[in-house]
Amino acid sequence: MDAQLKHTPLYDLHVKHGGKMVVFAGFAMPVQYDGMGVMKEHLHTREAAGLFDVSHMGQIFISGSIDPADALEKIIPSDLKNMKNGDMRYSVLLNNDGGIIDDLIVTRLSEHNFYIVINAARIAQDLPRLEQILTGDVIMQHDTSRILVALQGPKAETVLKDIFPEAANLTFMQAMEESVDGHDIIITRSGYTGEDGFEISLPHPMEGDYLHDILKHPDVKLIGLGARDSLRLEAGLCLYGHDLDDDVTPIEAGLNWVIQKNRREAADFAGATKILNQIENGTSMKRVGLLPDSRAPLREGVELFDEDKNKIGHITSGTFAPSLEKPVAMGYINRDFAKTGTIVNALLRGKLIPVTVSKMPFIESKTKKGA
Amino acid sequence: MADIYFTEDHEYIRVTGDTGTVGISEYAQNQLGDVVYVELPEVGEQFDQTDETCVVESVKVASEIYAPVSGEIIEVNEALSNSPSLVNDDPEGDGWIYKIKIHDDSELSGLKDEDEYQDYIDNLS
Repeated sequence: MDAQLKHTPLYDLHVKHGGKMVVFAGFAMPVQYDGMGVMKEHLHTREAAGLFDVSHMGQIFISGSIDPADALEKIIPSDLKNMKNGDMRYSVLLNNDGGIIDDLIVTRLSEHNFYIVINAARIAQDLPRLEQILTGDVIMQHDTSRILVALQGPKAETVLKDIFPEAANLTFMQAMEESVDGHDIIITRSGYTGEDGFEISLPHPMEGDYLHDILKHPDVKLIGLGARDSLRLEAGLCLYGHDLDDDVTPIEAGLNWVIQKNRREAADFAGATKILNQIENGTSMKRVGLLPDSRAPLREGVELFDEDKNKIGHITSGTFAPSLEKPVAMGYINRDFAKTGTIVNALLRGKLIPVTVSKMPFIESKTKKGA
Repeated sequence: MADIYFTEDHEYIRVTGDTGTVGISEYAQNQLGDVVYVELPEVGEQFDQTDETCVVESVKVASEIYAPVSGEIIEVNEALSNSPSLVNDDPEGDGWIYKIKIHDDSELSGLKDEDEYQDYIDNLS
């Protein structure tokens, strides 16, 4: 494998467990593990618990003597000021045209301290954008010394509470910090699978004992990027660079809900004029779920047509959904065809395949919602 | 006499008389991962050597299957429609994809025999 490739601190663990390493965002990452494979890994996560190495993702800390929320809200359109300590929000980083530079998870650790997780492939774009808006003594640290793992699935809580009992008290999109030997461990109830689960960030190399304890549990298996993708697709979650990009606004992407009412009223974020206009008047294209009437998966790049063979959209990601035993996809479609239940045609290898516009998620979400 | 030959794209062709049974190698199924769909060719279709004949889809990727030799499709493995995972479980047995009537058996000499193919895949990784 290419010597230029970056390794996460868990590289040796993947190889030891038979990880089939592929290149992802400049990192050598396991796509699947010997003796398992995408299908089994996917189903195992939905039935028991899967452990994912996501240490390639960017972990950013932003802190100062003032609340960094004021600055961050200029380029992140969610209500960050009113987040309580330990609250998490899914949001987007915007360019000045309202296009999505990245999607991310923002966690407020304390009054003056945010923790943001960004996509590995977008670190080089996100950091300068964040740097631009920092004022006063607010500083940003991209911490590459920490690992990040996700433990996902119905058994995740049982497994994790033996190690971190208080983690069981978290509800979906809540975070806690735990200090061990002067090191800061961040545990969040969040994930990218539609299952209940946790993400755990801690400085390398202190993960060794914890991962050993998690992995020795009979319900836990290591899960690769292949199943991570099919799990997130079934859950209707976007993958940056496929379902989202610089030219797409959060409204076109159907992510209106990330912009809270007070932010719409204030209209003080990058691209606000365009975005508010789109909220008011709709967009010509919309992101929708798609259920193909075939066993053949419809993947990124497949085009969608109306009955008069006019092009009306395209698929941005698609796969065979192991839990549903049929293909699922998402893509962008002309607003006139975006209503759930509408049947359109996809062109695959010269044949037209009927596809039904569907609600997402495709599976029932099992996240542990708070009261 | 039955003989098996392989292509550099990891198809195999098992030859009995003038009929070749075509599928993907054990190495190929392992690289591809869980097969979820096989788009079979149609009986009667004619192909030249290296033409795209059909497609095998795994969860992750679509992979084209090329004709190891020129010929006419005389049978397809209908069992794959309901059980595409046969390609993973027994690629060189029950997971065969189609049978082709070989037009010119001299094309077989350009393919790899079992030992040559083994050397070829040993040098891939």
